[in-house]
Amino acid sequence: FVFLPSYRLICTQTCTQLCSDFASCCVNACVCLSVKFIPDFFLPVPEQSQAIVIYTGWERHALVGSDIRLSCSFFSWRWTSEDVTFSWTYRPDGSRDSISIFHYTGGVPYVDNKGPFRDRLEFVGNPGRRDGSILLKNLEFTDNGTFTCDAKNPPDIVGRPSSVRLLVFEKVPIQAGVITGAIIGVVLGLLVLIVVIYYLMRFLVARRVFSLSVSKHGKKKKEGSQQRQGPVPPADPSKIKV
Amino acid sequence: MLLLLLGIILLHLAALVLLFVSTIVSVWSTSETSTSDLWRNCSTAVNGEYHCNPASTGEWIQAVQAVMILSIIFSCLSLLLFFCQLFTLQKGGRFFLTGTFQILASLFVMSGAIIYTVTSHYWVLGTYAFGYSYILAWVAFPLALISGLIYVILRKRE
Repeated sequence: FVFLPSYRLICTQTCTQLCSDFASCCVNACVCLSVKFIPDFFLPVPEQSQAIVIYTGWERHALVGSDIRLSCSFFSWRWTSEDVTFSWTYRPDGSRDSISIFHYTGGVPYVDNKGPFRDRLEFVGNPGRRDGSILLKNLEFTDNGTFTCDAKNPPDIVGRPSSVRLLVFEKVPIQAGVITGAIIGVVLGLLVLIVVIYYLMRFLVARRVFSLSVSKHGKKKKEGSQQRQGPVPPADPSKIKV
Repeated sequence: MLLLLLGIILLHLAALVLLFVSTIVSVWSTSETSTSDLWRNCSTAVNGEYHCNPASTGEWIQAVQAVMILSIIFSCLSLLLFFCQLFTLQKGGRFFLTGTFQILASLFVMSGAIIYTVTSHYWVLGTYAFGYSYILAWVAFPLALISGLIYVILRKRE
C-alpha cells in the first residue's frame, strides 16, 4: 500500500458551532488553541477513498483448443459494495489497441458478443467474494495477448489495473533446464553410487577376510597340539625292531 | 621426469580450458546476422539493435548442455584425482582412475558434439555455419582422449 500524504489543518479544540467541515470551522468560528498538520492517513477512513489493489496472474500458458480461467480479485479497505464493477480488456500481441471484452456492473455481467471472443467467453466469478474471473473456451493461436482486469469498489475507485499475459502453445514445452538437470543428476548419482558400492565391497571383503583369518588361526592352534601327540607312538616299534 | 609431469599437466589443463571456452562462450552456429549457441540466440535486427533470447527449450539442446557440463566436471575431477594419486600411489602403480575419468570426459565431449551436429537443424534456421566453439569442442575431444590414455599407460616412479 502506498499512502500519499497530503496535509490538512485540524483543530485541537472542539468547535462550538456546527460547521460543514472541520477546517473551515476551525478558521472561521472557532478559536484554535493549536493547529497541527496531520498527514491524511491518520485521519479516519471515511474521510478518504484509498487505493484498491487488483490481483491477476502474471502469465498463463495453455494448449490450443483448451479452456483457461483468468482470475481477477481485488483488495479494498471497504466492504464490497453493490455497485462493484469488473471489466476486462484484451490487447493482441503486437497491437497497440485494446478492446473491451467483458464488463460487470449493477449485478449483471455483460460478455463480448461482437469481438474476437463472442460465444467463447463466460463469467465464472463471484463478485460478492471479490472474484471477477472469466473463462475463455476453445483457445486459438490468435488469442495470444495481454488481458487487463480493472475492478472498482465504490467509493474505492483509485487503483491500477492488473494485466495477465496469455501464451497459447501447440504442445506445452518442457521448461528450460529440466532435462539438463536430470541428465547431470543421474550421471553424478551413478558415480556416487559406484564409489559407495566399491567401498562397501572393500569393507565387507576385509571383514570377511578378517573373520576367516581369525578362525583359521584358531584351527591351526588345535591342529598343532594334535600333531605333537601324533608321531610319538609309531616311533616305538621302529626302535624295538632295531 | 619433472618435465614429463609438467607436460602431462599442461596437456590436461589445455583440454580443460578448451572445454570451458567451448561451453561458456559457445558460438556454436553463426550466420551473417546472428549467432546461436547452447544457451541463447543473439541476433542483430535490421535497425542495428542487438538482442538475445534464451535458447529454445528443445530436448536435444538440453542434452548437449548437460553433456558438456558433465565433461567439464569429469575433467576437473580427473585433475584432482591425478594430484591425489601422485602422492598416494605406490611405486610402479598406474593412474587408472585418473585416466578413466579423463577418457569419460572426452567421450562426453564427443557425444555432445555429435548430438549437436545431427540435431542442430531443429533450432537454427536458415543458412548458417558452425562457429569456433563447435570446432573447439571437437579439438578438445582428442586432446582429452590422448591425455587419458597417457594416464593409463603412465607408471609412477620415485
